[in-house]
Amino acid sequence: MHANLFDRYHHTEGPLHRLEARVKVVLTVAFIVSNALLPDGAWTAFGLGWLLVLAANALSLLGLGFTLKRSLIALPFALAAISSIFSTPGNPLSSFPFLGMELIVTDAGLLRFASILVRSWLSVQAAILLVAVTTFPDLIHALEHLRAPKIITTVIAFLYRYLFVLSDEVIRLLRARQARSATLPPSVSPHFPRKWGERKRGVVWRAKVAGNMVGQLFLRSYERSDRIYNAMLARGYQGQIRTLHPHTLTRRDWTIGALTVLLILSLQLIGR
Amino acid sequence: MPITHPSLPVTMPETCDGDILRVRDLKFNYPDGHAALHGVSFQLCEGDKAALVGPNGAGKSTLMLHLNGILEGRGEIEVMGLRLTRDNLPTIRSMVGLVFQNPDDQLFSPTVFEDVAFGPLHMGLPEDEVRVRVTEALAAVRMSAYADRLSHHLSVGEKKRISIATVLSMRPSLLVLDEPSAGLDPRARRTLIHLLRDLPITMLVSTHDMALVKELFPRTIIMDEGRIVADGLTMEILDDEKLLEAHGLERG
Repeated sequence: MHANLFDRYHHTEGPLHRLEARVKVVLTVAFIVSNALLPDGAWTAFGLGWLLVLAANALSLLGLGFTLKRSLIALPFALAAISSIFSTPGNPLSSFPFLGMELIVTDAGLLRFASILVRSWLSVQAAILLVAVTTFPDLIHALEHLRAPKIITTVIAFLYRYLFVLSDEVIRLLRARQARSATLPPSVSPHFPRKWGERKRGVVWRAKVAGNMVGQLFLRSYERSDRIYNAMLARGYQGQIRTLHPHTLTRRDWTIGALTVLLILSLQLIGR
Repeated sequence: MPITHPSLPVTMPETCDGDILRVRDLKFNYPDGHAALHGVSFQLCEGDKAALVGPNGAGKSTLMLHLNGILEGRGEIEVMGLRLTRDNLPTIRSMVGLVFQNPDDQLFSPTVFEDVAFGPLHMGLPEDEVRVRVTEALAAVRMSAYADRLSHHLSVGEKKRISIATVLSMRPSLLVLDEPSAGLDPRARRTLIHLLRDLPITMLVSTHDMALVKELFPRTIIMDEGRIVADGLTMEILDDEKLLEAHGLERG
């Protein structure tokens, strides 16, 4: 019984997988920052950015549509930007009443909303690709190399390790609940003379069980953290995490990194 | 079928002067006041392989947590002639390899390599030496091919063996294992038994697996209610049915 649903790494022998993790992290962040900095309506630059994502997809050998499919999951979050349609000053296009207010759609507002949508969509694809072509431990190492604060990388590493253990525990708790969520057969239970499987427990009952489970989970995690800390102490931990740095940048990494940074910079030039 | 090893190398606990471990009158109360250890004394010599048996709640795990200073009780503990104090905890911890029962607690790093490297790294060893030790420790538990694997993708048996490697890499003088065979299927258990038999290290192993005790450990220590109630040759202790019954044990 294993929950691997958080594993986003997809192995291929692609050139993107062999690229050093630091380079990939820097390029992804640079691409996302560049997207954020492009002005509204820089469609040429957005289009070229998408070509860049497509090229990266191709280099990953995961298929051209790999990130496209997975990026849809982030779309609902872009709806948070919907207010920009009404709040950006510009030429009014139409208006409609909403909760006693008069909402005015402006052309600049629509443009901004569409741009935000495209920006986030491109950025999400870059991030999805990053975690698909880099193993999680490599990502953490890359962050360490890039001087991310030790406490953050350590917390992420623990989170990664124990997310699986915790989700396995959740699955076990859910199974235990299922196994005991029994009903009497219809014939012997006068209160529920319906067919098998029809009876549903009330919301209150289910909320109560869920609450107990969350409490259980918290207690178990709390106790586990104690045991893990002991295991760390037993192996010489004295308050300072140390790690090996097994990664080196090759000439190839430098070249690819520099070239892509140039591409991203030229996106900025084109978009402005 | 019980397996007997009549040719086991037998060390006599009586003649031991405790060159690896000496515990004298160790007492411990849990913070809630519940007394877990009522004056425990015993010794281990170089090459000893001792089983620590007893019912649940007898204080076995509590005792083990004292051996490298995770819990602090009253009494005296000496490892390799070095008295355990707060100042030399790091040294003691590098000499006593403690493996916890649940491998998910023991393995806390994302990859196997990092976990096995944790001990040596935190002992302050240079990188090259750490690598040598990781390779060596993984080879000792026959898991060399697993260095880059992620811990959460391993089976319980594999996790157990990696857990042992995580302390072997510190080259301890004493290996302390808490219920190593719990939850293993017969094959994984067999592999573990071979592994423990071949490791040339002094060992103290708590277990409920009496068949394992009979097969691996020439010496047995029985604990009950926070005290050591018997300490001697496994053959003799396992023959004393009255003793076993009195402390909720079976011959296995």
